[in-house]
Amino acid sequence: MDFDWVFFIELIVGGLMSGVMYSLVAIGFVLIYKSSGIFNFAQGTMLLFAALTFVKLTEGSVNFWVALAVTMATMVVFGILVERFMMRPLANQSLLSLFMATVGLAILIEGMSQYIWDSAIHGLQLADFLDLALLDPVNMTVFVVDYIDWLDILISKFDVFATIVAGTMILVLAVFFQKTRTGMSLRAVSDDHLAAMAVGIPLSRVWALVWAVTGIIALIAGLLWAERVSVSFTLVEAVLKALPVILIGGLTSIPGAIVGGLIIGVGEKMGEIYLGDLMGVQGIETWFSYFIALVFLLFKPSGLFGLKAIERV
Amino acid sequence: MIYRETGTFSTSYIEDRKLFPIPFDKWAMGVFLLFMVFVVPLIASDYWLAAHLIPILAYGCAALGLNLLTGMTGQLSLGTAGFMCFGAFFTFNIMLRSPEWMNLPLAMVLAGSVTGVIGVIFGLPSIRIKGFYLLVSTLAAQYFALWFFRSYPYFLNYATATVTLPDHHFDLFGIGDAFGVDMASFEAKYLLSLGIVCALALFAKNLMRSSTGRNFMAVRDMDIAASVIGIPVIRTKMLAFFVSCFYCGVGGALFCYAYLQVLGIRTFEMNRSFEILFMVIIGGLGSIAGSFYGTVLVYEFPILFSWAGDYLLGGAFDTAVVDNVAKILYGILIIALLIREPGGLAALWLTAKQKLRTWPFPH
Repeated sequence: MDFDWVFFIELIVGGLMSGVMYSLVAIGFVLIYKSSGIFNFAQGTMLLFAALTFVKLTEGSVNFWVALAVTMATMVVFGILVERFMMRPLANQSLLSLFMATVGLAILIEGMSQYIWDSAIHGLQLADFLDLALLDPVNMTVFVVDYIDWLDILISKFDVFATIVAGTMILVLAVFFQKTRTGMSLRAVSDDHLAAMAVGIPLSRVWALVWAVTGIIALIAGLLWAERVSVSFTLVEAVLKALPVILIGGLTSIPGAIVGGLIIGVGEKMGEIYLGDLMGVQGIETWFSYFIALVFLLFKPSGLFGLKAIERV
Repeated sequence: MIYRETGTFSTSYIEDRKLFPIPFDKWAMGVFLLFMVFVVPLIASDYWLAAHLIPILAYGCAALGLNLLTGMTGQLSLGTAGFMCFGAFFTFNIMLRSPEWMNLPLAMVLAGSVTGVIGVIFGLPSIRIKGFYLLVSTLAAQYFALWFFRSYPYFLNYATATVTLPDHHFDLFGIGDAFGVDMASFEAKYLLSLGIVCALALFAKNLMRSSTGRNFMAVRDMDIAASVIGIPVIRTKMLAFFVSCFYCGVGGALFCYAYLQVLGIRTFEMNRSFEILFMVIIGGLGSIAGSFYGTVLVYEFPILFSWAGDYLLGGAFDTAVVDNVAKILYGILIIALLIREPGGLAALWLTAKQKLRTWPFPH
């Protein structure tokens, strides 16, 4: 049998694109881990909550931009509340209790978002909105027409858009972390929060900020994911998919989240098609990404770009 | 004054090492166990046995396993349900495919051992990978288990979704027929679960008092320091994975055989792993009794809540609303408990004991 190159490249491109989607979720994780050492399990439900809020607002025929602004504001308020009522009382506790607290938070948000809104599955035609709001208000053809055909390789336009959004977000975050005063205080807090407090960085404000920013990232990631898989509980599972991604990249590195996403995205597709064929079984996608992550971690125990833990007795 | 420990003096090392050094504890435990064995099967209805006591025992067994791994040895695991799945499926297959003399407890022990070996395989990365990074290994175990049994229907005896577990699997050397007892009744299942769980809990308690248990805790507190003082870290971690997964495997088998009475893959989805992790955290990491306190609370909370919702509000709200409010309260409960008492219910109990000790003169 001839090797199908077009199919192969299409697979890689598809993998890269879904990798970008994973990265979007992973960035939110990394941000919180970087600044407070917490492995935030509630990221997935935050995605759901943000996307659900947005969808319900637009279904109530609120303008796209207004809905976006309102949702963002909600997420910011939410971040501040989390800081005040969860992070502050839990300061200085073991990482495991902090992790469990976020799992508790995940349940809380899940119940809350389904209580306030509902638990039905919502479709989100983000492509329509984007055309309507941004690019082509009259004919609505830029995003709704799905694919770019390039050398027989079909690429979804929406995926390209997601990639651009992710890229922009990373650039903004990088500049924010490296250049701004707030970004530097964030890095200081992540380094050693007692020392950061000693030099006068307002810890609680920094944490509130991180949770707010994470909320906004969750909104963006949630909207992009929702376009693919609809707004429902499946969004929460996106988080578990993102776990190997951040672990490969290293919990503390934003570029790591991107690279990890790409590796998992491509690896998963490759594994499913070629390895699955070889083994004569299907559905190895569900665990294959974890195995890829394991292999990487065996060589680099703290991820590709993660901070190496120096342990002293 | 209610709870006293004065006046008990050990005069030999043997006495000093007793399981329950305080007579009050010993008597309370004895009475409790006698009550559970002899009185409960007589007075409890089938509903209480089938829907409350048996599942709590099965969950408790798995929670104990996870607590040995996470609470005692410090290796975080999200693959509990996966290991339970292995245990349940292997038990079923051993029962199905072996000769007459095979019986359920033995099959559970065998299946548990196989699960333990699988646990060691998935635990191998813990030699190099630490902390949250280890989650990936246990998650791999979780998803691998589900995928494995879905892909190879041989293990489900080629049934489509679930298998109803046959009653004759419960027969122990024909005891049931000989004495005219129905071995597949809820009472018998309850006593079987209780016996297994008590034996495993006693074993765990003794394990923790031995040098093996102290090695576990040394590795948890700081594995580098442990290796410096000469504890074989790798062997200790692998042993912890083996023991823990053994418990989880037996717990899974009990869950299917004694509680659900059907075997299926959907029983062991990811949510189950989280549920059991909650039991351990809420009950108290590193406490054997805590595993059971946590199990009772986590298992009974939704039931109590929906009952209270029904009773107080008289069905004014539909079940979805009650469900969601239960979730919200549950989340708040977890966070509040972690804030107030990070040691879980077990720590709460210790505080209560201290209060009882000094009551009625608090100083």
